[in-house]
Amino acid sequence: MRDAMLAMEGIDKSFPGVRALHRARFELRAGEIHALVGENGAGKSTLMKVLAGVLRRDAGTIRLDGEPVALGSPRAAQDLGISIIHQELNLVPHLSVAQNIFLGREPRRWPRFVLDERAQGDAARAVLARLRAGIDPRAPVSELTVAKQQMVEIAKALSINARVLIMDEPTAALTTPEIAELFRVARELRAHGVGIVHISHRLEELPEIADRITVMRDGETIDTLAMADITIDGIIQRMVGRTLYEAAPAIPDLAEHEVVLELRGVTRGRAIRDVSFTLRRGEILGFAGLIGAGRTEVARAIFGADRIDSGEILVRGRRARIRSPHDAVRLGIGYLSEDRKRYGLALGMAIETNIALATLGRCVGWFGTVDTTRTHAMARRYVDSLKIRTPSLRHLARNLSGGNQQKVVIAKWLAADSDILLFDEPTRGIDVGAKSEIYHLMNELVRQGKSILMISSELPEILRMSHRILVMCEGRITAELPGGSSQEAIMAHATRYAGAASAGERMDRPTSPTRTSDGPTDHAH
Amino acid sequence: MAPPITHTDRAASRPRRAGRTSAVQTVLAFGALIVMGVVFSIASPNFFQFDNVVGILLATAVNGVLALGVTFVIIAGGIDLSIGTVMSLSAVMTGIVITNWQLPIPLGIAAGLATGAVAGAINGVIIARLALPPFIATLGTLSVAKGLALITSGLRPIYFTDTPSFNELAMGSLIAKLHPSLEIPNLVLFLFGAAVVAGFALNRTILGRYTFALGSNEEATRLSGVPVAGWKIAVYAVSGLFAGLAGVLIAARLDSAQPSLGFGYELDAIAAAVIGGTSLRGGTGTILGTVIGAFVISILANGLRILSVSQEWQMVVTGVIVILAVYLDIVRRRTQEHA
Repeated sequence: MRDAMLAMEGIDKSFPGVRALHRARFELRAGEIHALVGENGAGKSTLMKVLAGVLRRDAGTIRLDGEPVALGSPRAAQDLGISIIHQELNLVPHLSVAQNIFLGREPRRWPRFVLDERAQGDAARAVLARLRAGIDPRAPVSELTVAKQQMVEIAKALSINARVLIMDEPTAALTTPEIAELFRVARELRAHGVGIVHISHRLEELPEIADRITVMRDGETIDTLAMADITIDGIIQRMVGRTLYEAAPAIPDLAEHEVVLELRGVTRGRAIRDVSFTLRRGEILGFAGLIGAGRTEVARAIFGADRIDSGEILVRGRRARIRSPHDAVRLGIGYLSEDRKRYGLALGMAIETNIALATLGRCVGWFGTVDTTRTHAMARRYVDSLKIRTPSLRHLARNLSGGNQQKVVIAKWLAADSDILLFDEPTRGIDVGAKSEIYHLMNELVRQGKSILMISSELPEILRMSHRILVMCEGRITAELPGGSSQEAIMAHATRYAGAASAGERMDRPTSPTRTSDGPTDHAH
Repeated sequence: MAPPITHTDRAASRPRRAGRTSAVQTVLAFGALIVMGVVFSIASPNFFQFDNVVGILLATAVNGVLALGVTFVIIAGGIDLSIGTVMSLSAVMTGIVITNWQLPIPLGIAAGLATGAVAGAINGVIIARLALPPFIATLGTLSVAKGLALITSGLRPIYFTDTPSFNELAMGSLIAKLHPSLEIPNLVLFLFGAAVVAGFALNRTILGRYTFALGSNEEATRLSGVPVAGWKIAVYAVSGLFAGLAGVLIAARLDSAQPSLGFGYELDAIAAAVIGGTSLRGGTGTILGTVIGAFVISILANGLRILSVSQEWQMVVTGVIVILAVYLDIVRRRTQEHA
């Protein structure tokens, strides 16, 4: 067995309130392609940002060729030959390909502040020729496809003689032929001794490209194995773990209930592709998938925050023209944003004002003054019924805990008579006790005849709450699963692992949440 | 499966001309310039008189120099509202050194330029190190520079009566010495000289490269290992330096340093840059465009004056034109993003 070129040991990294990495380890050999996988929030990107000098570790050692290295800045990492291609490409759109490749290291001539464009163009052409990517070094980066922009990032890494190349989900935005091209280049670099870290959610592509695989979960390294020694099911099991399992929800029979919301073939650019589903009165419909799968985009489209390119949205059986959140609110749709502090609350305003915000138009007295008696009574009612713990109605929203803030947002939509509620990551950043209160509240709401579409990246939450589960991947709905399905089945569809995808057939317009087979890894019961 | 080349090439051939927007707007601005010239010369026979053309050139010079500097800042994704009052502070400093302290003229000019550069660098430090929004930071220094100009001058203009050669610097005519019939003041040469220097700095030097990079994607620039804070300070210092030059020039032209003159100049300068195609979102802009933009503004003012439109209405028209220019920029970008 060859010695590792790079070894990370005992890496800790915390952000305020979150422990992102806990004694994580990782090693990389020269001339290998090493896959790094895990659920959202498992710590893959954080670990690699530590390696690339973008983030500083709290503890742990990193050795390159056996020597400990500090890696205090992106520049320091670059100087050691460590290069990262971020998920959101980090290129400067208005500059040319050559200018991007040499950004920060521009060839100069006398006097020293004058650029040597010719030397830069020649060097860029030489690097690009190595990749055989057919890119004109003079073209502005903004005119290139994502795939070609990625090649520019790789060229940038090559131009600093990178020995370690980290690619954070490089295939997420590429088409099949573009992926083939990327893999060709990756294999060529491997043949030249470059160590490549390949972070990916597309498990099915790993056997084709990776030599070894490391699985992370909850900020820890679970396992490092040779790719040949593990099946995709084995990878998924390690990603999910045998963690806390909640009892499956009692699923009411909703077949007789009216369909309150229906999407037919809704499409918006690449983010939402041909999405169709129904939501019934009294139903909690779980929306599972990885971050960036298009779930929030669907919710925003329903809420009128973004325009759709094609398809139709039906509310209570009637075709709805939702052109703005204002239209959506009038149709009784409420949206709890995943980022409540940014989109859900006016943090610097009183609880009372926040609750009345969506209904202020109804509480206006003479001469445009706000009828505070009415807003006060309304706020009192919801603070009591939702058990929002606050010293007074005049308390500022900023000073509430996360769970109580979330309740204020819910109260706002209830006050606006919303009966179709879009909950986007409703328990993000909320402690366990408050979570169960929110769950209780959601169950109470559907009992009262409201309908909830719940987006969540936490699989236990999806499994515990949903009457029916839709899985999205890359803008499409890839599966519909019954409530209480298994984490493995959801992960398989969220990563488009073909083996499992065929087992759980997708149904566009289901009549009732029937239980279908979830393939070989169903542990729901 | 299609071969990769055809696929990617087809996708790449979709034109998304983000890099060429400012060129388009430069051409538009130039077209506007010609249209205005034609309209005004038809409306009034005086418009194309030699004296009036010289008047337009003179009126453009100071605003043009200010606009050159602020072009750097806007391309870098920032804004500098302090240039007008920094200009008057620089003019006052030049006056103090030359008239009050009786020091040689070159020292006075150096003092004016240094005042501007230092003021700009201070803007840069506040923005890059203290992380204040550029709008607020430079609004603050606008007021500081205005106050300092009034304090240091003792609220009175400083005249250069003892040093007639200082005025000669701007209002004398080197061209007339070669070509006696063309009495074009040197001030105009300063504008074009400054424009050439600015164009070189923006397109051929490391400073210019990072100016574009900062405005186009600051985070990517930082992650490429560029010390962005330092370069941001440099960009604001450049804007200040040009404001300093404008201060020296306006003092020489008026033969006096007027401490209360500069307020409001910043808007004309920013307008010139925007009309010339520099995007307020950063990342694009040209020096040629800014020069054309400066001429658009002064020809408009001049033409309206010839047509006996009052100065108050000129302000209204300039404001509307700026709003139109920015709106045009936004519309063009929106259509590109959806292309």
